[in-house]
Amino acid sequence: MIGQTWQVLRKELLIEWRDRSRVSGVFFFGLAILLMVAFATPQSTVLPKIAGGTLWLGLMLASTRSLDQSYAVEHRHGAMEGLLLWPVDPAAIYYGKALANTIILTLVATVLLPLLIAVYGVEVKGDPLMLLAVVGLGCAALAAPGTLYGLITSQARGSSVLLPLLMFPLVVPAILAASNATTKIIEGDPMQQAPAWLGVIFAFDCIHWSIMGIVYGRILED
Amino acid sequence: MLHVDDLSRRYGRRWALIHVHLQLEAGQGCMLVGPNGSGKSTLIKCLATALSPHHGQVTLDGRPLWGERSALRREIAYLGHQAHVYDDLSAAENLDVWSRLGGYTPDIPALLRRVGLDPDRHDPVHTFSAGMSRRIALARMLLKTPRLVLLDEPFTALDPPGRELMISVAQELKSHGAALVMATHLPTVAARVCEQALALEAGKVTYDGPSSDLPPFEAVYE
Repeated sequence: MIGQTWQVLRKELLIEWRDRSRVSGVFFFGLAILLMVAFATPQSTVLPKIAGGTLWLGLMLASTRSLDQSYAVEHRHGAMEGLLLWPVDPAAIYYGKALANTIILTLVATVLLPLLIAVYGVEVKGDPLMLLAVVGLGCAALAAPGTLYGLITSQARGSSVLLPLLMFPLVVPAILAASNATTKIIEGDPMQQAPAWLGVIFAFDCIHWSIMGIVYGRILED
Repeated sequence: MLHVDDLSRRYGRRWALIHVHLQLEAGQGCMLVGPNGSGKSTLIKCLATALSPHHGQVTLDGRPLWGERSALRREIAYLGHQAHVYDDLSAAENLDVWSRLGGYTPDIPALLRRVGLDPDRHDPVHTFSAGMSRRIALARMLLKTPRLVLLDEPFTALDPPGRELMISVAQELKSHGAALVMATHLPTVAARVCEQALALEAGKVTYDGPSSDLPPFEAVYE
């Protein structure tokens, strides 16, 4: 299954490299939210305090664009049906797609971070490596349920509305933990709370990445 | 080899297939004829394991098709209405992706030449004509070495040389021991590779016998 997961991931990234619609869509959506919140905030001294929350709000909203698009390319010429009927483990399809979504979101978040630091006047007082770990695990937390719900909603009418309705309530714990961890790392963390929030995101990832991989095959066959 | 026993399938309350029986040995071909909505594609999709039957049993070499679908999908080649390709990738890239996913090691340039496509052409598939898309779908199907070949209206969008290509591919696969089921609106062309015929109307079999004795075209469609 690992070999097939790698091949699905390779296919996803190759298509994205040709198209680049997911990366650019998520980036400009996320950037627009960061800038709008920055311009709408009356006091610039507040900006560093809300930077973490704004980053994750932007990523959560923008992620639906990438998740939606990852299935749009599959349905254009019936490739999803082709995948189902090809000798590929459904779990490999899930993990390959979820990993690709994680990579794309992490890439965009890593580009948005310096912009956030510049626009919001943030001085990162904590460990930058821990900040990157929060970004990676937080993006994985968005991708795990999003890849499954993307499949469920992709064939439905109004999929772009249905996906956030199903996905957002589920990812709220992970987004809250990621926002808190990011804020603690940016603002300084004298009480050492960031590792605990990181642990919450890690636990969320472990649960969802394992459960969704099992459920995905059943939903794909239906 | 292929046994379809009392197969029925419905969409909601409407029965699309009602008590269908079919038996094919290795190297034999059967055409499915009938008007639009008669159940030809539904039968093909049931045999391709894209749809589960609501009643009845299908076996391939004595193995239950739906129960062992994961393993048997390696032995079933299905050419449906859609090309099952990624339209941002070129023909060669598509074949490379699908062969990697299935663990096949074909000679891709030779395969493209076989279906009349230029292996040095790097245009994405979305620039292809309908007939060229059909040819790439055929090449994709030939990545497998199938025991059961399912063709759903294979001559659609193909020019006369394309039809001859489809016939020669079907003959070659049959000569290697594959059973062939073809849904078509061109029974005279299909009769070149199909010894048997099954006429369907509103999901029910109205004729089951040699294709040479198939009632006149107009009678089947009345």
